[in-house]
Amino acid sequence: MMDAGIEDNSNHDFSGYDVRVTDAAQNGDTFVYVIKSQQISSDMEYRFEREFEDFEWLHHCLLTQEGVTGLHGIIFPPLPAKPGTSLSNSEAKTKKKIESLAMVDDWQMYCRALEEYLHLVTAHPVLVKNPAVHSFLKHREPPIKTKVKKGIFNKLTQAVEELRKEHHKDIDDFFQNERDSNLTLTAFTKAAAEKFLEIVLTEQKIAIACGHFSTALHLGIGQDDDPADYAFAKMCLKLSEVLDTVKKNFEKVAENDLNTLGFNLELHSRFQDAEKEMLFRRTCKLVDVETANKNLGQAKPHKKAAMEDIKKAADKEFDEISGMAKVEIQRYHRERVRAFQKALIELELAATCFCCSSTGWLSLNSHV
Amino acid sequence: MATEREPPPLGDAEQTDFRELEDGDDLFISTASTLESSPTSPEPASLPAEDICANSNGPQPAEISLDDDLEDLFAEATEEVSLDSPEREPILSDEPSPAVTPVTPTALVTPRVEPKTIFVPAMFERSKEELEEEANGDSFDMEIVVSDPEKVGDGMNAYMAYKVTTKTSLTIFNENEFSVKRRFSDFLGLHSKLATKYMHIGYIVPPAPEKSIVGMTKVKVGKEDSSSTEFVEKRRAALERYLERTVKHPTLLHDPDVMQFLESSELPRAVSTQALSGAGILRMVNKAAEAVNKMTIKMNESDAWFEEKQQQFENLDQQLRKLHTSVESLVCHRKELSVNTAAFAKSAAMLGNSEDHTALSRALSQLAEVEEKIDQLHQEQAYADFYLFAELLSDYVRLLTAVKGVFDQRMKTWQKWQDAQAMLQKKREAESKLQFANKPDKLQQAKDEIREWEGKVQQGERDFEQISKTIRKEVGRFEKERVRDFKAVIIKYLESLVQTQQQLIKYWEAFLPEAKAIA
Repeated sequence: MMDAGIEDNSNHDFSGYDVRVTDAAQNGDTFVYVIKSQQISSDMEYRFEREFEDFEWLHHCLLTQEGVTGLHGIIFPPLPAKPGTSLSNSEAKTKKKIESLAMVDDWQMYCRALEEYLHLVTAHPVLVKNPAVHSFLKHREPPIKTKVKKGIFNKLTQAVEELRKEHHKDIDDFFQNERDSNLTLTAFTKAAAEKFLEIVLTEQKIAIACGHFSTALHLGIGQDDDPADYAFAKMCLKLSEVLDTVKKNFEKVAENDLNTLGFNLELHSRFQDAEKEMLFRRTCKLVDVETANKNLGQAKPHKKAAMEDIKKAADKEFDEISGMAKVEIQRYHRERVRAFQKALIELELAATCFCCSSTGWLSLNSHV
Repeated sequence: MATEREPPPLGDAEQTDFRELEDGDDLFISTASTLESSPTSPEPASLPAEDICANSNGPQPAEISLDDDLEDLFAEATEEVSLDSPEREPILSDEPSPAVTPVTPTALVTPRVEPKTIFVPAMFERSKEELEEEANGDSFDMEIVVSDPEKVGDGMNAYMAYKVTTKTSLTIFNENEFSVKRRFSDFLGLHSKLATKYMHIGYIVPPAPEKSIVGMTKVKVGKEDSSSTEFVEKRRAALERYLERTVKHPTLLHDPDVMQFLESSELPRAVSTQALSGAGILRMVNKAAEAVNKMTIKMNESDAWFEEKQQQFENLDQQLRKLHTSVESLVCHRKELSVNTAAFAKSAAMLGNSEDHTALSRALSQLAEVEEKIDQLHQEQAYADFYLFAELLSDYVRLLTAVKGVFDQRMKTWQKWQDAQAMLQKKREAESKLQFANKPDKLQQAKDEIREWEGKVQQGERDFEQISKTIRKEVGRFEKERVRDFKAVIIKYLESLVQTQQQLIKYWEAFLPEAKAIA
């Protein structure tokens, strides 16, 4: 275990990483993901395996790291949901709702989601400095994990407080607007992601049905002596060929859709949640500030100093959070729009290119 | 076979048939009433003379009698075609001998009084060939369109009336273009009549579209949703195909019932086609009886062609059914895709609306539009190809039932012939017994009966040969049509595939500038 760099932050090279999640393999009950990482500045390439728990640990470390001003103002890149016990999706296909990317029949997609998570983490100017990141990305052995403590980020406690605090009016218009728009955008992004993934599923179903049809056309092709049967058989074979192409067409289209817009929408619906959490944390802090002010106002003289200190601390934290949050929000929107554009362009290009090639094939081969 | 040439024995045979039928009370019942429309109809009457139209040029003659030319060709037919010979297409498609001209009313000999019915198919052979030549040549010009479904009436007594428009240049019709209003039971009635007239002599009568109590009830009740409009559209298309198939058949085209159906503005209501009427119940009972009968007929097949063909059609039936299932599931998924695409288009639009970044918002709205258009495209294609394919397949599955029915009719004809032979044998035995008993008057009666049954045996044999010949021809026609129909649908599908892809390219290319303009 090369732990040379773990204690001393100053030894670390904070340049970017090139990370690939290349493979997923089943190891008993769990899945391991094969990761290749290389720091841009050096030539060293690391190759190791990680389980989903390692990702969770990393995430936890990021959320609870110390010594970072305005930590709670950071929009943490969202971790993909935990995959089911098996990556086979026959059950998922019968379900109406697509709850996570893991359900769509593609472990490659899931690997890509994990990869994207690591990209986002290493691209974040603050998060990349966390030693846990380096521990994750450079060391062969997975990091030592302690039991993940459920802190303020525990969704359960949040749910209770949410109802009370979420609608707490903000003192800053910028943030109030952001909270409002986040609410609507989150809902719509989720809906769009869901519907789009359903399209992908249906496209896959059509591909399978085309395959069945194509196979069925091969049945009964046997006797060639009867001229009518022979002509019929020839037609069936031709149609079968065409259907095979149609099938590949749909498979490609589904894959393409998934890789571009599907991936993007799914990621951003999770990201919207992450932003929402950040804004909520800030709102909670706001409530703390206002409570502290109130307490200060109501405090008895001998407690006044203590209250004053609390108030000052709360104010300071709140300002730090707000400062970080503002930067994060702007950065987030920029990135979001850019990613969306990329996804839409890729979607369009692949669709056009594919349509062109299949039109060409069909025109050449349409003679029955 | 010399006896064949003399009208009287024929006449007698016909007469006896006629009488027999009258006794059996089968003959003059309007075919729509108690006779079922399925291929396994009970022993129906031979063709009422009034309904036969044997020529292509004039209005239907009231009665048709054999005249000398026709006797000749009839004999020719029976002499040359035997059961053991392989399908003798060349004979059947020979050029009609110059002596035989299409039977026109003016060529008719004074109608005989007794034989009200004649052995029609022989005559049909020749004139039918000519009709076929006409049909295959440039002069066959007939276009039938079923359109404008209209709901007539209210509540459970309501029905859909369809407009049937015929455009033709054939001279058997009074005008070149005419249209009538018909309801679904009229179509069923037509089919019922045709089946009764033609199936038992071996013609493959195209089956009418199926009833659907559920579908019709929805329409009657007035549900104006997409499933009932779809149902009506499906039915309209099926009725159109049914009529097209029927008139493509050269014999059926000239049938007076068909012509009346297409031309006359008023049609007697075919009541007995209702599912739950008395006639309907009778039909079901008859069907059951038929099924039992079929199982007990064991025929000595002397012609391997028929056995092979039956097997072949069995295989084809299986294949078509499997294909139909596959296609149906494809159609279903296509519809699902269309629904999903529409839903996504809506949410993309909403997302676009709530987006602050204007360029992204516009791009998303554009995306929503593209997806909507794609949805339309999916719907059209789902209808245009797979749906049509599915309908064609189910048409053919039903047609194959009609084909099987015709083969069954042949078996029944054979059975009738055998029964006649058995009866003749009995009569002969009875006669020889009577000879010993020396009762002269009864002896005479016995001799008469023997002659009667000899005639029937001959008739039975002729019927059997005739039906075999007809079936061979019909099967040939069916095969050609099958290939043609499927080819047409497949070509259409391929064309629409190409078109769809090209259209998709256009939509996506229009979207690209919007996507690029985001950042």
